[in-house]
Amino acid sequence: MVTFKDFRNNVKPNWCPGCGDFSVQAAIQRAAANVGIQPHDLAVISGIGCSGRISGYIHSYGFHGIHGRALPIAQGLKMANKDLHVIASGGDGDGFAIGMGHTIHSIRRNIDITYIVMDNQIYGLTKGQTSPRSAEGFKTKSTPGGAIEPSVQPLELALTSGATFVAQGFSSDIKELTAIIEAGINHKGFSFINVFSPCVTYNKVNTYDWFKEHLTKLSAVEGYDSRNREEAMRVVMENKGLVTGIIYQNENAPSYQEQVPGYSPTPLVDQNLKMSEQEFNALIQDFM
Amino acid sequence: MLQQLSWKVGGQQGEGIESTGEIFSMAMNRLGYFLYGYRHFSSRIKGGHTNNKICVRPTQVRTIPDDLDILVAFDQETIDVNYKELTENSIILADAKFSPIAPDDCKAPMYIVPFTEIAAELGTSLMKNMVAIGATAALLNLDKGVFQGVVDEIFGKKGQEVVEKNMQAIQQGFDTMAEHLGDRLGEWEIAPADGKHRMFMIGNDAIAFGALAAGVRFMAAYPITPASEIMEYMIKKLPLFGGAVIQTEDEIAAATMAIGSNYGGVRSFTASAGPGLSLMMEAIGLSGMTEQPLVIVDTQRGGPSTGLPTKQEQSDLMQMIYGTHGEIPKVVIAPSTGEEAFYDTIQAFNIAEELQVPVIILTDLQLSLGKQTVEPFDYSKVEIRRGKLVENEAIPEAEDKSYFKRYELTEDGVSPRVLPGMEHAIHHVTGVEHDETGKPSEASTNRKAQMDKRLGKLKHINFKDPIYVNAPYEEADILFVGFNSTRGVLEELQQTLIESDVKVNHAHIRLIHPFPVEEMRSLVAKAKKVVVVENNATGQLANIIKMNVGGHDKLVSVTKYDGTPFLPLQLAKQVKELLTDGNI
Repeated sequence: MVTFKDFRNNVKPNWCPGCGDFSVQAAIQRAAANVGIQPHDLAVISGIGCSGRISGYIHSYGFHGIHGRALPIAQGLKMANKDLHVIASGGDGDGFAIGMGHTIHSIRRNIDITYIVMDNQIYGLTKGQTSPRSAEGFKTKSTPGGAIEPSVQPLELALTSGATFVAQGFSSDIKELTAIIEAGINHKGFSFINVFSPCVTYNKVNTYDWFKEHLTKLSAVEGYDSRNREEAMRVVMENKGLVTGIIYQNENAPSYQEQVPGYSPTPLVDQNLKMSEQEFNALIQDFM
Repeated sequence: MLQQLSWKVGGQQGEGIESTGEIFSMAMNRLGYFLYGYRHFSSRIKGGHTNNKICVRPTQVRTIPDDLDILVAFDQETIDVNYKELTENSIILADAKFSPIAPDDCKAPMYIVPFTEIAAELGTSLMKNMVAIGATAALLNLDKGVFQGVVDEIFGKKGQEVVEKNMQAIQQGFDTMAEHLGDRLGEWEIAPADGKHRMFMIGNDAIAFGALAAGVRFMAAYPITPASEIMEYMIKKLPLFGGAVIQTEDEIAAATMAIGSNYGGVRSFTASAGPGLSLMMEAIGLSGMTEQPLVIVDTQRGGPSTGLPTKQEQSDLMQMIYGTHGEIPKVVIAPSTGEEAFYDTIQAFNIAEELQVPVIILTDLQLSLGKQTVEPFDYSKVEIRRGKLVENEAIPEAEDKSYFKRYELTEDGVSPRVLPGMEHAIHHVTGVEHDETGKPSEASTNRKAQMDKRLGKLKHINFKDPIYVNAPYEEADILFVGFNSTRGVLEELQQTLIESDVKVNHAHIRLIHPFPVEEMRSLVAKAKKVVVVENNATGQLANIIKMNVGGHDKLVSVTKYDGTPFLPLQLAKQVKELLTDGNI
């Protein structure tokens, strides 16, 4: 029987005390254990930034890549070995600034991986510049007069990009977050999970207390139907994106891999690389 | 009887010029002739002048000639742009439809043939290409029957009627031309070929085929000229082997996705051209730092920036050797023929796994898109070597959650490679400097040890025949040096010069990095002058040779960067000027 302790390793995170990312790490560990994954069957692929360190803090295979590119690495890995559980993770800068293109196209592509964004509305590791998630007027080192650009709306973005699983969690509510990540792992397709993970050092506006005051739990919204995309969009917009829970899920959409013509039902990594002489000669004939 | 035929068909892009060349070439290929084609085209879908120049010979050919024997013109521009390649012995076949005019200084006679009219009478003017092929057959005294097999293959799917109509078009083209020619019928007959069956393909086909034979099961790529055919081949063939191709959102995704799949243990690659490679530079560094195998094909075209996207150039050399920030071990391979493109691609995948490094397969537009005769590939020469990839069963249980030493310091610098999913091999991978288990580490001693380990791996490269050498002379007047598609033009010029008593050796660099220093040093030592011929402005290969071998006083750099390939006579003139100047 696997427990969350099996996903703990001997590395001490270098996050600031009180950082929201600790809870995301714990929730991933619990969710993986609850789903019954063996540590060696899990791969966590991360980007760059404080959050990017998470792949080194979970006892599983981990790949700490380059800024903004966790998603393509994760998708390549899943294509190579469909038996692995692949979680991509990174910060809001990683996913909504430098890696925004990959975010949208990964959502469209719907490869069966889970993407967790640790959204703190600030650049922490570079010591406090604005993020695409910073609210308009938010003052930082790079926006001393307040952020001018409107912030990216991750949930609306995902819903309009053809997402088959959209959820949002909050670091303070590990129980709900764990349940969301579990559902994301179990979802057959791309699961997009945005997590409000406060930066206690550089973001003095979007604090734990601020989120507690502003967030609405979808489980408390009477009759909310997460299978209805239009309703999901309406509720998200009405609440200015400040909701938690599973916002939308389409359980019937086929994943990318299910639709690729000829794609092997067994993991590609298990294939014999050498083709037969007969196959080889058939390829030669094409050019004769 | 001709020992070589130089044939060109030209017209507006999008009106079937390419397929005219294709059908003619396929028929000649099946007769056992050697072919080498080069397409002139522009970066647009329809319109603009395009032409397809094909050299046909009973013996090996790897370059297009300067001159033309036959020019088939579907518009006036074709004549205006190309007539200077014609001689007194050449001929223009021009479609009557555009009322062709031969320029006053045109040396060749022009025959006006109603290609479009004949085709239209048979049912569709689209078949004007087939009429032109029939007319060509009359000049060459070819049996029309040689086209039957090709026409069956191409039009068979559309039904017997279409096949017959096309054959009729060829027949009528032949007959009409025969009437026009009178006793010149068959004047352009080529010396007979050996009738052997060989492949006819572009370099990109050879690379893609090589990748498939090397066991590639995944490709991630973004379309770009002149690389897209590699992706298109894989899209057609990978489903037969259970694999997949993802057309990504950009080249950064393509390279990093290929890294992810290689990390997962599947041979994977991407292919692009200069602009794409520029975007991939950070990913190449990640591959080098994390020791994940990665193969990238760079099909060079005219740079910088968007440059000349459909034209020949060899100006990515330095970027391929040095590109990415920081210092990583990287291998750059540069095949120069269809055969080498195939076998070197297999070598690339083996080396990428054996050394756990990024490997660049460098080609150029002429090699990638030039359609050429290639000897059938040899299955028995396809060898797959995966280096220190550890079997799952061979890994002992880890104690107390300690990481597997994925970056263990070893004698040759190559560490045992394990894959996600293996039971006792959990470890961390990061582009941050790391220790033997992959944990981030900034300690100076560790930093130096890991740098030395990574960079030292290149010493252990196992690459067969790093230089193609044809060096008949112990003491040569000239050593020609080139890489990629200049192989053919240098081979021809070497023969021409030898016939006029100049002692010429030829070396074509196949492994660009790590540079084969010792092999090159001895070749340079045997020559009075080293003439480095390359399609770029700054003499990049010449500089690489200076850096690695020296010989500055002997080195002569011959460059061309106008977007066109070197031609044998043109290059001969350049080299002879060097000779008469007393330089050699």
